[in-house]
Amino acid sequence: MTAAPVYTTIIGLEVHVQLQTRTKLFCGCSTRFGAPPNTQVCPTCLGLPGSLPVMNRHAFELALRAALALDCRIAPFTKWDRKNYFYPDLPKGYQISQYDLPFSSDGQLEVVDPKGAFSRRVGIIRVHLEEDAGKSMHDEAAGTADTRIDLNRAGTPLCEIVTQPDLRSPQEARAWLNELKLLLVYLGVSDCNMQEGSLRVDANVNLHIPQPDGRVAKTPIVEIKNMNSFRSVERALAYEAVRQWEEWQATKVEMGKMPKQTRGWDDPAGITRPQRQKEESSDYRYFPEPDLVPVTVSDAQVAAIRAAMGDPPTVLRKGLEARWKISAYDADVLVNQGRDLVAYFEELATLVGEGKVASNWMQQDVLRTLNERGGTIGEFPVRPTAVADIIGRIAKGDFDTSRGREIFAEVLTSGRAVEEVVASLGIAAVSDDDLVALCRELLAANPKIVADVKGGKEQAAAGLIGQARKKNPNVNPGKFRQMCIDLIKGM
Amino acid sequence: MQLLELSAIDMVAALRQGDITAVQCATAFLDRIEATNGSINAFLAVDRAGALERAADIDARRRAGKPVGALAGLPVALKDVLCTADMPTTCASRMLAGFRPPYDADVVARLRAADAVFVGKTNMDEFAMGGSNENSAFGPVRNPWDLARAPGGSSGGSAACVAADMAPVAIGSDTGGSIRQPAGLCGITGLKPTYGRVSRRGLIAFASSLDQIGPMARGAADCALIMETIAGHDPGDATSLDVAVPRYTDLLDKPLAGVRIGRVPEHYAEGLDPEVAKGVEEAFAVLKAAGATIHEVRLPHAKYGIPTYYLIAPCEASSNLARYDGAHYGHRSSVGHRGSGKAGSAFESPLVEMYCRSRAEGFGPEVKRRVMLGTYALSAGYYDAYYAKALRVRRLIRQDYLDAFQSVDLIGGPVSATPAFKLGEKTDDPLAMYLVDLYTVGTNLAGVGGISFPCGFTKSGLPIGFQLQAPALGEPLLLQAADRFQRLTDWHRRRPRPTEARS
Repeated sequence: MTAAPVYTTIIGLEVHVQLQTRTKLFCGCSTRFGAPPNTQVCPTCLGLPGSLPVMNRHAFELALRAALALDCRIAPFTKWDRKNYFYPDLPKGYQISQYDLPFSSDGQLEVVDPKGAFSRRVGIIRVHLEEDAGKSMHDEAAGTADTRIDLNRAGTPLCEIVTQPDLRSPQEARAWLNELKLLLVYLGVSDCNMQEGSLRVDANVNLHIPQPDGRVAKTPIVEIKNMNSFRSVERALAYEAVRQWEEWQATKVEMGKMPKQTRGWDDPAGITRPQRQKEESSDYRYFPEPDLVPVTVSDAQVAAIRAAMGDPPTVLRKGLEARWKISAYDADVLVNQGRDLVAYFEELATLVGEGKVASNWMQQDVLRTLNERGGTIGEFPVRPTAVADIIGRIAKGDFDTSRGREIFAEVLTSGRAVEEVVASLGIAAVSDDDLVALCRELLAANPKIVADVKGGKEQAAAGLIGQARKKNPNVNPGKFRQMCIDLIKGM
Repeated sequence: MQLLELSAIDMVAALRQGDITAVQCATAFLDRIEATNGSINAFLAVDRAGALERAADIDARRRAGKPVGALAGLPVALKDVLCTADMPTTCASRMLAGFRPPYDADVVARLRAADAVFVGKTNMDEFAMGGSNENSAFGPVRNPWDLARAPGGSSGGSAACVAADMAPVAIGSDTGGSIRQPAGLCGITGLKPTYGRVSRRGLIAFASSLDQIGPMARGAADCALIMETIAGHDPGDATSLDVAVPRYTDLLDKPLAGVRIGRVPEHYAEGLDPEVAKGVEEAFAVLKAAGATIHEVRLPHAKYGIPTYYLIAPCEASSNLARYDGAHYGHRSSVGHRGSGKAGSAFESPLVEMYCRSRAEGFGPEVKRRVMLGTYALSAGYYDAYYAKALRVRRLIRQDYLDAFQSVDLIGGPVSATPAFKLGEKTDDPLAMYLVDLYTVGTNLAGVGGISFPCGFTKSGLPIGFQLQAPALGEPLLLQAADRFQRLTDWHRRRPRPTEARS
């Protein structure tokens, strides 16, 4: 029998996020995704001789917004640097980035598992702004290997977010990334679409293994690249932790005894593979970009951006919990769906005058159908006023919840008003006289149930509800059940 | 010959008054270029058809009473470092042979809008790196005053074409003296404006923090005229100054009474040619006679100018020239890449071999030298000792200028330690060649303006240049002082008698 692995997984992330600007970071070209190759280019992003960059103010403001939401310190003075390297999708031979004076640093973002499994405050080392490179498309056919270059993406603004190695499990890493994405989408900073490459993640991971002598052994840090979804990130980290544990048991090689390794995640195979190492570590020869002037950020500017930012998800969750007396779990579900859904919920809750019922309808009806149909909450045909109308009629006792659901479904498919649907389905409150008549009829036909109730088994009356609803779908089950019991007792 | 010798100001006036037509004007200079360029090699491209078409269009508009620009019909030569949508732009490099930019540089667009007529693109040191014009991939320019001698550089073609009456005005660029030094060696006037005064957009970068475009003409008044068109804020250049452009020509005719001119002892260190020293002293005497007062000022860090410049400029150049890699435009090696990346190959991949061969074939030796120098100085482990230290010294030099301009309005002195040297004289000694920038690099490092103009001739008939430097945006005073000097002297009116090499 082997001992269970005893180690801590240490994870840090490097996230690149494309900012949601209309134009590129240093020229006026469009950043739209999916245009034919090399159609969104100009002398500047092509790196033609004599071309010069001019900073996109809006991109800088979006980046400031992200950094503020990540609780970063904003540098009053920041500059641009050139990162020099040769590659065909980098037409200038250097990337304009930020080296020693990033515009922000020292932030944090907390992720709390709504079920209480973990709560982790992750430190942000720095957030900086840089331009994206173009895309190289390698022809796989060996021998005739051709590479084609699309520079549409070259110059797109990217925010690089580097965390402290504060995450302790692949699950935490995935949850944290979800939280980061939610935050950035909330702020309108990025659409964070991983398929279109607007969010990219690299992860650094190693293990801390306590030794019998009290020392903690650290395995060599591995950087994992090539992960195309948050699920891949989780899987790759889980795989890598096990791989490092096994390697440690076999070799006992510790951090510092070998250079940092880069491994690529092979999603179909479910493994990481070593990527080709360069003989010497790359020297990017960073130096200040002389074509751009340093950027100064005033307190007033920071205050203005902060004021216009709106509440981040963490604040919204707490707010919903407090305002509408809903659980942390419910608040989490609602907030994770985005700002528009939260607005929908708050409108509904206000109309209904109660949070818990509104939250239940959101989760069981609105969200479920929204997920089935696809589309955004803004396009969802049943508006909060209609849902509130249905909930109100249920409360009045016009019909029960399951009847209410049918009405909701009909409003959704027909697009008609609740009032109309209620009328067309012939739904009308059953009068007390009709209800008494129905009770008597069914009690006469079911002497066993009458006997059971008389013998003290009141729950037996529920057996009549199905029959009653067959005869009149508008019967309110609770009211019907109580009336039956009352009648039997009076017999 | 009368037309060829007109100043730009008089030519624009004659064109406006209808005394001459733009076509006559263009034809005269194009004919002159055709006759002379063979021996001087000042032009890399001449656009006869384009120039005549443009001139005819200007004449037609003028005849029809339609509006024409401020320089309507004035022939202008452009240094081949400026992007032109209708002419090749090569930087005198094999790397960009035949390259046609898809756009005009900001200065070119401004001159075009003012209806200047571009006669062609002038020769230069490759990528503006050099002080003799011998680094051109398309042959050296010869000094019109002595065809065996260099015109200086890197704007040697622009200086020589004005000196030889092939154009009344040329546009140059100055990174460490590339307008002022060739102007001095060719006996013409050249202005290096304050950094940011003229947009660099479309100027092919050598060293971005030092590069500046400026006019070269016979006299300071002509430089003033051109500055009114080319200076001004460009939102497309983040380093361009958003400051109103004065009417430089209106500010010329003012006496120099009360103007304080500094004389720098550091300028008279060993190596200064005695004839040049004498010419410079005589120039001070002229300025003094015109009402200026002469004061001694110190530039204590001037002696560090050359090493500082030769770190900062190559560092920036090594990055600026990285884009010439054969991948997207410009020269790509036609040598096959088979075998690269395999054992025994000097190249780690076919891509790296393509880069290496394209750059090895496309760049000349001086460009390679500076790219290697800059790459080395920016490398990990060397950055602090070289580039970072150079930046600190640059701040000291800038402070020297600020301090000096507390007590004087202008700083005067030689523009070059010697008159024009012989072709080939310094080509085997890069360090000796770097010293030709001794008196000019400080202006660029400090980001201020400087003007160079002729102040005499050596016994052998070579021009001697005088330089004035001013605080940032001091162009009006630079032009005023140089113009005043030129109203009192006729050195700038003298013409070479070319075509024969002197011994």
